[in-house]
Amino acid sequence: MKDRILKILESLEKLDRRIIFIFIAGAVALPLIFPMNIDFSVTPPVQSFYDSIQSLPEGAKVLLSCDYDPGSMPELWPMNLAAMRQLCQKNLKIISIQLWATGSPLAEAAFNQVAVGEFNKEYGVDFVNLGFKEGREVVMVSLGNNIPSTFPTDYHGNKVEDLPIMEGVKNYDDLAMIINISGGLPGTKEWILQVVTRFHIKLASGCTAVSAPEFYPYLQSGQLSGLLGGMKGAAEYEKLVGKIGLGRRGMDSQSISHLVIFVFILIGNIAYFSTRKKKKRE
Amino acid sequence: MASAGLIGTWLAAGLTLCIFSFLYRDNPFYKFAEHLYVGVSAGYWACLEYHNVFRPNLWDPLVRGDLILLIPFALGLLLFSRFTNKLFWLSRWAMALIIGIFAGIAIIGYGTGDLILQIHANLLPLWTGNWLESMNNFLLTIGVITGLIYFFFSKEHKGAVGSGARIGIWFLMISFGASFGYTVMSRMSLLIGRVYFLLGEWLHLIQ
Repeated sequence: MKDRILKILESLEKLDRRIIFIFIAGAVALPLIFPMNIDFSVTPPVQSFYDSIQSLPEGAKVLLSCDYDPGSMPELWPMNLAAMRQLCQKNLKIISIQLWATGSPLAEAAFNQVAVGEFNKEYGVDFVNLGFKEGREVVMVSLGNNIPSTFPTDYHGNKVEDLPIMEGVKNYDDLAMIINISGGLPGTKEWILQVVTRFHIKLASGCTAVSAPEFYPYLQSGQLSGLLGGMKGAAEYEKLVGKIGLGRRGMDSQSISHLVIFVFILIGNIAYFSTRKKKKRE
Repeated sequence: MASAGLIGTWLAAGLTLCIFSFLYRDNPFYKFAEHLYVGVSAGYWACLEYHNVFRPNLWDPLVRGDLILLIPFALGLLLFSRFTNKLFWLSRWAMALIIGIFAGIAIIGYGTGDLILQIHANLLPLWTGNWLESMNNFLLTIGVITGLIYFFFSKEHKGAVGSGARIGIWFLMISFGASFGYTVMSRMSLLIGRVYFLLGEWLHLIQ
């Protein structure tokens, strides 16, 4: 009996990786087709993100920097939509910029879906997309001196100074806070280092899960007023904003696939330690 | 318009499956999708840089008479001297300016935003009147001190210093584990995004 178990464990050690892929594919696909609606709670960093926007007075102007690309859309697109939704619900004015060239069409699509499609907001009055500017940290610092001279025209080629939303907006002093949807570099870290400390403005960040651990120290130090980490953060935020999106829908798949990975790690370790003695004897 | 969207969806689904086919093994479908992606990305970036950067930031103002921009224009041209063996050293002038500006900006940011404020944030009271908060502060302080001891190489890691360094390794390992967990979550999210597209937009299996 013991030999038989050892043989099974030995075969598990040599398990073809493609079998694991099949299990993962099933764990991801099945919960999407048959949702289980596994419940989850809202964590303090996400609650802070929501509260920091909620605390702004109606009509305040917010800078939304969409610094990501289609590669990180599954994590950041739901956050972008949910953030726009909350900003529109609160009647806040959105000034969007992108430090990633690939972020411009995504920000534009998000505005069309949420600001125009759901809230009927007016371009140039309630929101504006200033587009992409090359220069990374230099652009961030330059915005602190003069926003219209850094972005003389918007994404559509309109003169920024002619847009009603830009009236009275010169630099960060005229903005209530910055929201950064960050896919990497330049992103949240650069906003913290170059803008938050120097220009004393509030920053909330939505970032990929892979970069979230790097930003927790800034949350603890108060340099970040809220943090959405990956799809889980997006799902929690969608729950607060009150509209289900990909973040919430993906959570069942996320939970089940993590469980499958956990089981495989467990089996792999049991097989390794059980067969190690036998291998040593041989 | 609807048919264009349909073609786009089928094209995206086909290319996604081509990329996923690598999970079985390397094959011509994967190679095709990979090469197509690299080519399209390079073309997209070239157009984007021309229309979003070169023209609005340099060419258009220059044509309107903003002659000061001749200086960055000349510096930009110097970067292309890297393609010649005789004149490649000229590109160093432009590179020196770029590196100098970015280094200057980064040093200020790291000094004020990272170094000073992060040290300040780690100076925490070990007893706050709340057990959980005190425990957190205590763990954070021990983690910072032992982590710093681990990276202190001027003294051999023996005795008290060695014990501190070993505890520091534990803290580092736990943080690496947490980071790896987040990485797994991130990669799974990307897979979920693609599968959601295949099952939803392409096959209409998701309501």
